[in-house]
Amino acid sequence: MPVDASLVGRVFPPTSPYAVSEERVRDFAAATGSSYDGGAAPATFPIVLAFDAMNAFLEAEAIDLFRIVHGEQRFAYERPVVPGDVLTATLTVATLRQIGGNDIIGTTSEITDSDGALVCSTSATLVHRGADA
Amino acid sequence: MSTPTLETQTYAVTRADLVAYAQASGDHNPIHQDEEVALSVGLPGVIAHGMYTMALTARAVATWFPGAEVVSLGCKFTNPVVVPADGSVEIEVAGEVKGSEDGLTTVALTVTCGGQKVLGMPKAVVRADG
Repeated sequence: MPVDASLVGRVFPPTSPYAVSEERVRDFAAATGSSYDGGAAPATFPIVLAFDAMNAFLEAEAIDLFRIVHGEQRFAYERPVVPGDVLTATLTVATLRQIGGNDIIGTTSEITDSDGALVCSTSATLVHRGADA
Repeated sequence: MSTPTLETQTYAVTRADLVAYAQASGDHNPIHQDEEVALSVGLPGVIAHGMYTMALTARAVATWFPGAEVVSLGCKFTNPVVVPADGSVEIEVAGEVKGSEDGLTTVALTVTCGGQKVLGMPKAVVRADG
């Protein structure tokens, strides 16, 4: 079933606050073979927040996760993420196109800290593979 | 200021790495774990999370520019990285400094698996000294 075109421009509710701990950063670094020695979290760490927002979006729209393939991802950082940060992500559906039975969903997520200051803007293109694709 | 030569980094990826990454990142899409599901949606097999490959790219950048703040990072996921049930695949991350301006260094990356590019125009901008 194609994704509802009226979604474009929709802003989803902010995700629950996520406390960045040293342990979570260390686990994330370890999963990609790095070690964490303090300071800034790995550059792609904010994806944890973005996934949280994307999962909530997919669930709200009853889109099957297994039909999603990641098409593109961009991060623009205002500052590095560090342990002690409490972050939330707010996802907006920016664009929606259909190509060959697939939905190409463009999303942006703004990741903010507990003061409401922007930490990272991230955009993701999600390819939703249609049942017949 | 001379342009540094960036040594190409090679990383091996196994299914166990994908399980650890799913846990650490919160991306539990079964196409990264389950062959049957991956094949059912037309993929060639279990594929690495695009974000896993992107994380390796960021790891290479952190190796080249230790401690440097990353200002932006982006790529397209153009070809899947198929990870076998046994053994591993290798991902190669090459980088080239494209220029430095106002303290920001732009690095163009080339990320390949088995000689094939897997990321489209991956690029990082870092705040690096010297």
